[in-house]
Parts: sequence; structure tokens; C-alpha cells
Amino acid sequence: MTDMRDDAPPATAKHGSGADHAGDLALEPNGDSLVSRSVTINRPRAELYRFWRDFSQLPTFMDNIVRVDVTGDRTSHWVVAAPGGSTVEWDAEITQDIEDEAIAWASTDGAGVANSGRIEFRDAGARGTVVTATILYDPPGGIVGKAVAKLFQREPAVQARRDLRRFKQLMETGEVATNAVNRQQHEEEIA
Amino acid sequence: MRALAWHGKHDVRVDTVDDPEIVNPRDAIIKVTSTAICGSDLHLYDGYIPTMKAGDILGHEFMGEVVETGPGSTLKKGQRVVVPFTISCGSCYHCGKQQYSACDNGNPADNQDIAQEVYGQPMSALFGYSHMTGGYAGGQAEYVRVPFSDVGPIVVPDGVDDDKVLFLSDILPTGWQAAEYAEIEPGDTVAVWGCGPVGLFAVQSAFLMGAERVIAIDHFPHRLELARKFGAETINFEETKVYEALQEMTGGIGPDACIDAVGLEAHGFFVDNVVDQIKASLFLGTDRTHSIRQAIVACRKGGRVSMPAVYGGIVDKFPLGAFMEKGLTLKTGQTHVQRYLPGLLNAIMEGKIDTTFLISHRLPLSQAPDGYKMFHDKQNEVTKIVLKPDLDRVAA
Repeated sequence: MTDMRDDAPPATAKHGSGADHAGDLALEPNGDSLVSRSVTINRPRAELYRFWRDFSQLPTFMDNIVRVDVTGDRTSHWVVAAPGGSTVEWDAEITQDIEDEAIAWASTDGAGVANSGRIEFRDAGARGTVVTATILYDPPGGIVGKAVAKLFQREPAVQARRDLRRFKQLMETGEVATNAVNRQQHEEEIA
Repeated sequence: MRALAWHGKHDVRVDTVDDPEIVNPRDAIIKVTSTAICGSDLHLYDGYIPTMKAGDILGHEFMGEVVETGPGSTLKKGQRVVVPFTISCGSCYHCGKQQYSACDNGNPADNQDIAQEVYGQPMSALFGYSHMTGGYAGGQAEYVRVPFSDVGPIVVPDGVDDDKVLFLSDILPTGWQAAEYAEIEPGDTVAVWGCGPVGLFAVQSAFLMGAERVIAIDHFPHRLELARKFGAETINFEETKVYEALQEMTGGIGPDACIDAVGLEAHGFFVDNVVDQIKASLFLGTDRTHSIRQAIVACRKGGRVSMPAVYGGIVDKFPLGAFMEKGLTLKTGQTHVQRYLPGLLNAIMEGKIDTTFLISHRLPLSQAPDGYKMFHDKQNEVTKIVLKPDLDRVAA
């Protein structure tokens, strides 16, 4: 059999999860579900990299992340909202850091939800920067857990798409768009 | 505050709701002095628009006084502003190209999912027009929170009456863009389907852009009379065979450009293809998309078709063969309001464009539900209803 793979990103494959190609994507093989999303942001690459490199800023646009404590130059502790009002926590370590280009991280051993991720920044000329987020994970509770997460709209594919849109809004406009009519409603929405 | 809220089909009420506040840095709060009911609001009223929720505040044509500003706003308290119906950030790639109604960022991230699934790309945000386009509270209210207030609203000079500038918010730039998209050349004959506000403004705009003749098509005598006042020739489609008349009136050539502004009948948002495409084909068994089909068939070879009328779903029996074989060009889309505001405000100040003729009724906000019913039931006499919250304040 000849290799029939085309030039499209593995996460857009019709068959399989694309997780077999984690190695090609410079990801630690933590899990078997692969999510990858790209967005074009009308800001310079270096500015976007700098914002992302400080993981403690991620909750400003990532809806389900309650808190990220930066515990060292390459280590951090993540507190993430899970379906049903609970939270899951894990320690993560940066596995790749190329200034202004890419950051990869992975949960360390013993994480309840094994996962790894990578964010890549590529120049897009007059359009700014193409930002690609790739996440590899083991859904808690397997396939059933994934279905439950989808029900609560915390399914990583949906979450990644929305988080990237918010990142774009924040970087391009200085704020995250909301239809809240007052501050109390806004607080309730982002809580 | 008091505001006009949607509760279901043919059920709108003036409710007491929370006052808006500054939430994001670039916000401003506007105290509404004039706010109109748009033809497209009737589609909400008729229950055709998906992703509406009970309690949603309607209204996307409004103006008023700045009463509060966030630190990122460029407006000043006390300024009078007209607010575009599209919510545009001014910072994204599309806004940079003046494609304001294609703004990437005005629509909250979660609300973008719906259009992304249906249209392939998320839509920009609009005031008071369902959750697919942002779920923002609209302008048929005493006060409105206006996001990105440094980009959208245009400041109106003191002493200029609300009625002269209110329609900068939507229908005047929409009619103007429709004519611009028709790429009119001097000597052209332009046919306009629909003599509602957008069609009538398209008639005026087409003449300003150099059209020699404009032929306006409708069935309401009063609206045809208004079109005639602006110099258009008219066709009443209840009395006349439209295709045959257009061919004869153009010496067998067909109009050089055709504008489909049949908003009310042809508005396609009723096609709730988010949940059900079969329903769409049933609706399309009716005459609702007739105007765009007729425009394509009537248009001259190599001509242009401009479509300000809103369509939301999937159209059956689209005359694709005629469109291709005649080599037509079709331009359409929501209006890039901000692009046209300075030029149109000038045209109004110089007396080149009149918009006040359109207003048939002025009501206090408290009578908005009656206004919706009247606009819905009597489209011949009721050309435009403007709600004035101040009329309630005076009464109180």
C-alpha cells in the first residue's frame, strides 16, 4: 500500500483520531483524542507568544480553566472546571519552548486527565499570525465521559474553538466580547 | 428601565428590565431618543427567526445621547450619536478592509458556533437580532449598552433633528450599498424590487449615482407613489406582468442592474435550516423568493444583480442556468454601515438625501406593541414607525 496521506492536518482526518501522529506534532503521547484548531490573529507573532508564555493569563480567555499557578520556569499547576461543577487538577511541564514560535506542555505522571498541548505561532503577512492549538488527551470516563462533556459544552473541540476566538478578541480588541447588559450578569457568565 | 421585549410569535411587551452598565472598556451607554421598528423586526415578530429567547430586547435602528463612557471609548457625555446596527470591533482584518459587517470579534465566542455550523463561518454581531448574531440587547429601550463605541457610533451635529439622521443606523446605508453593489453607470436603467424603506433609499441612491431611469416594483399603491416622487417609473405587480413590462420598457434589452429589496416577503431568515432543511423546502414552495428569481431572469445579459434583501436558508429552484448563461454578477451581504456614515451624513446635511418622508408614525416607547401590530397589518399606510422614549417621560 502506498501512503495515501494528503497535506491536510491530521486532526481533520475522516478516519481515526489523528492521535497516531502526535509525534509528528511534537506532542507527548498523553492520550488518544486529538484536537487541533487554527485561528488568524491580526497581531505580531512575538506579542502573542509573550502573552501565552505566561500560563497564569490563560484563564482570561479560557472559559473552563479556573486557575493556573506558575510554579517554576517550566512547571505549572492547572485547576480546570469539569462537567457537573467539579474541578480536576494536575501539574504540567513545558516540553518545548521556541521563542516567538511554539510552546508545548504535558501533564506530569499521575494527572487524573492525562493531556498534552502545543501552541504554534506562524507569520501570516498582512493578516498577522496563524495560531494553531493542538491538544492530545484521554477523556475522563472514556467515550461516555466525552459524550457527557459534549453535553455540557466542555468537549475539548468546542472548547478549543471558543477559547481561540476569545484569545483573538482579547489580542485584537483589548477585550473579550460579551452580550451581558451589566457587570453582575457578566460576572455570572464568566464564573 | 423600560424596554420592548420579545416573548414569542406576535407577543412583544414593554417590560421593566435591568439598566445597562459599562461592562467592557470600549463600551458607552446611550440614552435613546429615537428608535425605529425595522421591516426585519417583523420577522422576529412573526416568529421566523431561530435562536430567539423570551425576554430578548429588540431594536437595531436607534440613536440618542451619550450618558456614560468606558475608559476605551472616544465618545463624550452629552454627545448625540447614531448607532450602526452592526457591532464591529474596528481592529480585525475585515474591519481593516472596511468590511464591518464581516467583523470577526463583535459576536461573543459561544454565539459564533451557530453560524459557523450553518454558514461555514461565524457571523458578526447585530443589536437586538437573535443569539446567532450575538444576543445583544437592542435599541427599543430607554438605554442601550453599545460595545466598541469608539468605532460604531457617529456624532451628529447639534440642532439637527433626530428624524433627519436616525436612518443612518441601518436602512439608508443599506439602500445606498444596494445601489453601489449594482455598479451603476451613467445612462443605466435600474429595476428595484420592493418599495419599502431600503428600496426607496436605493431608488434615491441610484439616481445620485447616475442612473438615467429607475423602475420600481411593488404592489402597495402608497409605496409606489413615494417611489414616483423620487423620479422612478413604477410597476404594480398585481396589475402588470413584471418580466414582460421590464422588457418592453427597456426596448427588449432588460434592466442593466436589478436590485432585490423585497425584504419583507423574501426575507429568508424564516428558513430555519438550523434545525430543519425540509421545512425550508416547504416554505420555498411559496412565492417568497420570487423576487430574486425574477430579477435574474429579467436582467440584461452581462448585467448586475444586487441583493440587499436578507436570506438565511437554502434556496430551491434558483435559476442558476440563467445566471451563468447571461454572465450576471451578484453582490449581496449585510451592510458595512460604518463605511458609509460620513458620506451619507454629509449628503443629508447638504440636502441631497431626504429621509424624513418615510416616517408615517411617531409613538411613545410604551405603545411599541401597538406599533408592531400596526406595522404588521397595514403595510400600505405604515411606512415607518419611530418610537420616542421621551414621549413617555413627558407624560410621566
